[in-house]
Amino acid sequence: MSYEAIIGLEVHAQVQSRSKMYCACPVVEDTGDLQPNTYVCPVCLALPGSLPVVNRRAVELGVQAALALHCTVAPESVFARKSYFYPDLPKGYQISQYDLPLATDGYLEVQTGAGANRIRITRVHLEEDTGKLIHQQDGAWVDYNRAGVPLLEIVSAPDLRTVEEVRAYAMMLRADLVALGVNSGDMEKGALRFEANVSVRPVGAAALGTRTEIKNLNSFRALARAVEAEVQRQIATLESGRSIEQQTLGWDEARGATFVMRGKEHAHDYRYFPEPDIPPVQVSAAWIETLRAALPELPAARVQRFITTYGLRVAEAQLLSGESSVAAYFEAVMAAADGTVAAQDIANWITGEFFRLFKEHHLSMEQCRVTPLQLVRLQQLRQMRALSSTAAKAVLVEMFQTGEVPEVASERLGVLQLSDGVALQNWAERVIAANPTQVAQYLSGKSAVLGWLVGQIMATSQGRANPQQAREALLTALERWRSTS
Amino acid sequence: MLLTREEVTQIAALARLALTDTEITLFQKQLTAILDYTALLQKLETGAVPPTATVLPLHTVLREDVPGACLRQDETLFNAPQTQAGYFLVPPIMVKE
Repeated sequence: MSYEAIIGLEVHAQVQSRSKMYCACPVVEDTGDLQPNTYVCPVCLALPGSLPVVNRRAVELGVQAALALHCTVAPESVFARKSYFYPDLPKGYQISQYDLPLATDGYLEVQTGAGANRIRITRVHLEEDTGKLIHQQDGAWVDYNRAGVPLLEIVSAPDLRTVEEVRAYAMMLRADLVALGVNSGDMEKGALRFEANVSVRPVGAAALGTRTEIKNLNSFRALARAVEAEVQRQIATLESGRSIEQQTLGWDEARGATFVMRGKEHAHDYRYFPEPDIPPVQVSAAWIETLRAALPELPAARVQRFITTYGLRVAEAQLLSGESSVAAYFEAVMAAADGTVAAQDIANWITGEFFRLFKEHHLSMEQCRVTPLQLVRLQQLRQMRALSSTAAKAVLVEMFQTGEVPEVASERLGVLQLSDGVALQNWAERVIAANPTQVAQYLSGKSAVLGWLVGQIMATSQGRANPQQAREALLTALERWRSTS
Repeated sequence: MLLTREEVTQIAALARLALTDTEITLFQKQLTAILDYTALLQKLETGAVPPTATVLPLHTVLREDVPGACLRQDETLFNAPQTQAGYFLVPPIMVKE
């Protein structure tokens, strides 16, 4: 029997505000050497008498993310207490949103090899991050620096069908949140975390299978591998005649398998109720419009624009649009070129050699020393055939390291190809004089010898002759030789 | 309507309380009495009253996103029953079943 997977994703994104969600503690980057419990105050420690107050910036960024995801922003949303016993928050509850979230009913359009698919977004809401627990022999060590950092929770409908779609959705969402300035996109630091709801059913069946939830997936790789492993596990379970249990699972990266964390708690176990300390938040139509007007161009729109404006292929447009800095650089190059170079060639440079060099030297576009105008000049030299393809790449490496303009770098490397007619003519005549046997063969009709003679010019010029022009110079010299001998 | 013993046990478990059989019987009656009393509210006609999340005449109380002062680590940990290297120390927690 063949099965299809039904997958929904819950994404937690740290909101890039300067202060926490409900108090003024600074949000600090987790560099790993931060002293524990140094960015906390009476509010995020839940000391008696302290009162939470919602961060305006977090609301604004949340609304902008919701708008970018085509959601309806609620005219009034309500914060709620989600009670549970776990020391990652000192209050004994998390201030989240429940029945009246910030926004609902949106979608994200994802593009995969199988085509475009619209993935519905059920809800977008604001809540607070938890502290960090380090589990030790003597107990759990608790650090509340992260407790209260604003989180945006984005929940998709179970509209994803393949691991490829799951990846595409997650990557697209990340790209959008980064472009919006909502999230840093730094997954190594846990700024973006995924949970996947997975079930399978026989193809064609209408009813949904029992679902499991995989928690704490902190990379695209872990997300894709965990979903794939869980889909296969569920299919194998059903095939063996057993049934799927509704469970919360963890992901063991080393074993490449999911494991059971705890029986699914029912929603009412959290005993949600409206947070008495926070009055409802109203977002007026005027406020929404102001925030909508300030939305930046999103990667998906930019991909479309790159395809229509520059005639790029989808894959390249996506590579160039993924990060704003790369997209901006590409556009700066195209502006500097003013029609003298092809967009395709510039796209090849950036997605090929630039990305390779960035990876090799752990650089980003911001640190790149090659200015847009310098890249235009390099490509122009290539087009004039003053640089061979190999030489141009070598020149770019020089430019990366030294910041030199391409003319200077090529000169120093001695790779500029000569198109100087007099020099080429001299070389051609020298080669003819030095190789009478081959010349005679050519003149008697063995035209294949021509290539060998061109090779002699290239050798004589130490590779600096332009091969095409060397060939032309040679042909001219040979004809002259034929008519005079 | 009498709460079942299972419901009382479940509520107790959520509050991390271990109850004796006698206590379960006692709270079964007391919790039921509370529910019965508040059930009086169900008799009110509220169809035309919008659900309310607050009794205060306030909405959209927001704070500008400006970082402020924090407590010092020693102040933060001052009342903690147990600490370790700048962390709060709590009893061991089982994560995996």
